[in-house]
Amino acid sequence: MKSFKTCAALGIALALTACSGDHDKHDVGGTGQDVAPQVNNAGPVPGSEADLVASAGDRVYFALDQNQISGEARVTLDKQAAWLARYPQVKVLIAGNCDDRGTEEYNIALGQRRANAAREYLESKGVNAQRISTISYGKDRPAVDGDSQDAWAQNRNAITSVR
Amino acid sequence: MSFFSNKEAEALKAHFSRRSLLGGLAAGGVIASPLRALAQGNGASSPEITVANAHQAPIPIIVPDFGPGVGQRIASVIAADLGNTGLFQILPGEVPPNVQPDFRALKARGARAAVAGTVVESGQLRVEMRLWDVLVGQQIQGTAYTAPVADWRRIAHIIADVIYQRLMGEEGYFDTRIAYVARTGPRRRQTTRLAIMDQDGMNPHMLTDGRWLTLEPRFSPVSEEIAFLSYAQDRPRVYTYDINSGRQRMLGAFEGISFAPRFAPHGKAIILSATTSDGGADLFQVDLTSQQRRRLTSSPGVIDTSPCYSPDGQQIVFNSDRGGSPQLYVMSASGEGARRISYGAGHYGSPVWSPRGDVIAFTRIHQGRFSLGVMNPDGTGERILTEGFTVESPSFAPNGRALTFCRQSEAGAGGAGFTSTIGVIDVAGFNEHILPTATGASDPAWSPKRR
Repeated sequence: MKSFKTCAALGIALALTACSGDHDKHDVGGTGQDVAPQVNNAGPVPGSEADLVASAGDRVYFALDQNQISGEARVTLDKQAAWLARYPQVKVLIAGNCDDRGTEEYNIALGQRRANAAREYLESKGVNAQRISTISYGKDRPAVDGDSQDAWAQNRNAITSVR
Repeated sequence: MSFFSNKEAEALKAHFSRRSLLGGLAAGGVIASPLRALAQGNGASSPEITVANAHQAPIPIIVPDFGPGVGQRIASVIAADLGNTGLFQILPGEVPPNVQPDFRALKARGARAAVAGTVVESGQLRVEMRLWDVLVGQQIQGTAYTAPVADWRRIAHIIADVIYQRLMGEEGYFDTRIAYVARTGPRRRQTTRLAIMDQDGMNPHMLTDGRWLTLEPRFSPVSEEIAFLSYAQDRPRVYTYDINSGRQRMLGAFEGISFAPRFAPHGKAIILSATTSDGGADLFQVDLTSQQRRRLTSSPGVIDTSPCYSPDGQQIVFNSDRGGSPQLYVMSASGEGARRISYGAGHYGSPVWSPRGDVIAFTRIHQGRFSLGVMNPDGTGERILTEGFTVESPSFAPNGRALTFCRQSEAGAGGAGFTSTIGVIDVAGFNEHILPTATGASDPAWSPKRR
């Protein structure tokens, strides 16, 4: 239970970090890909990660073993491209992820394939390639805990975060 | 702020001392010298007993205490090493040291072999061990070991190796270690550390601080080096880690992610996989001295990963989705003539060639469940050894007789019930057991025999 509380506390810290526009992600050990949408009266800082989440959505999902951009994903990525056009100084990191029904090593490559697919789509919508970097966590940074079909579907994703 | 619980933190702190790690490593080794024979037979020249199909009939062997205190602890480590293989039946009882035992009495107790030993502690440890063949009635090994007191476990493992070798006719694997990834914290964001422990799970040491995601350690066959994948600076690349100095070095300069490293059998090069901008991954060989790389595969958009050399260095087994789904392929070491060898239902991955050369171990995934198996290098003779929600990342003991692997349980809502452990199983598929680890653990890699 102790570690769960720590996790909850960390979640709050992450949300505050996102709100303040401080992007020193190393303090929280990763990419900020688990930043939750933060709603308050002031609204998210324009151009911030929270703004990206609220305005466009930060993640797209993939079918089992696939890296095709679905129609639903296209809607999200179109919004991300429009948002990135509004904030041309912002750089993003796209992290590809997989469910845990593949081997660790194959999934690292598969996650990268998903991140690349999202990157290529954004580039095709006019986002400068220099503004996008990619990474894959394979199955090691699941967005959702648990081993249900629903959890796996949510863990097959590419998550865009502000660098 | 801590990513792990107090209990885990305490365990980590206890195991974090580099000093104790180096103490164990820099001890100058254990010195072995032959003992004067008590009976007519001389240990060095007597024949070995070799037992076929030993797993059907474990060898009954008496392993008595080597005296009080450390003598008792040494004997219990020897008994655990031998007993954990499933190839020996450990019998209780006394065997007098320094005299020829009463073979008829030992035979009456059902023993086929018997060990006797003494320990003298005077600054250093001096351990004398004799191994008796009860049926033939002669000594088949007599050796004295001297080493610093702190190395008592190593002496025990070395003695267990000698007993195994004399009775099984092949090298033991007890004086070895396992590199692994120690996991703490919630499943969604686990803190991962490169770690190392003895093959029985004792003496764990954390080698990295957990700041970055760390995966896939692999032992050098010739030096105290580990290759591994580190996400340092959010740039996942293969590094080498020198166990004695703690020095890390990035291997080669790759544009994409470099991962899935394996040493060549001669230890002078590493093969690995590197992602490409077209959504695939290609295989490369990187020379450790010059850092020069040589491309082995280049199929656009295809994932080639998890490469592993055959023990003679002539062939490479790897994982590829060039046929539409992840399967196993074998090609020459120069990257030519790839042919698929896996044809069972489902997907295959993480192949590893046995050091004996006779089989390739793999992970298979079918209908959402994992299994671990072996097949001949031509793809025939597939056998499943064990299965579970997740069983993956097999790694052979240096003699090819046993495999270590990662076993993970299914997680409920919120990650409840998730466990990540390291298992060991005989290559014949029996005697599976879980190694004790203070934290969650994955990605085991068995070391070669220590020198």
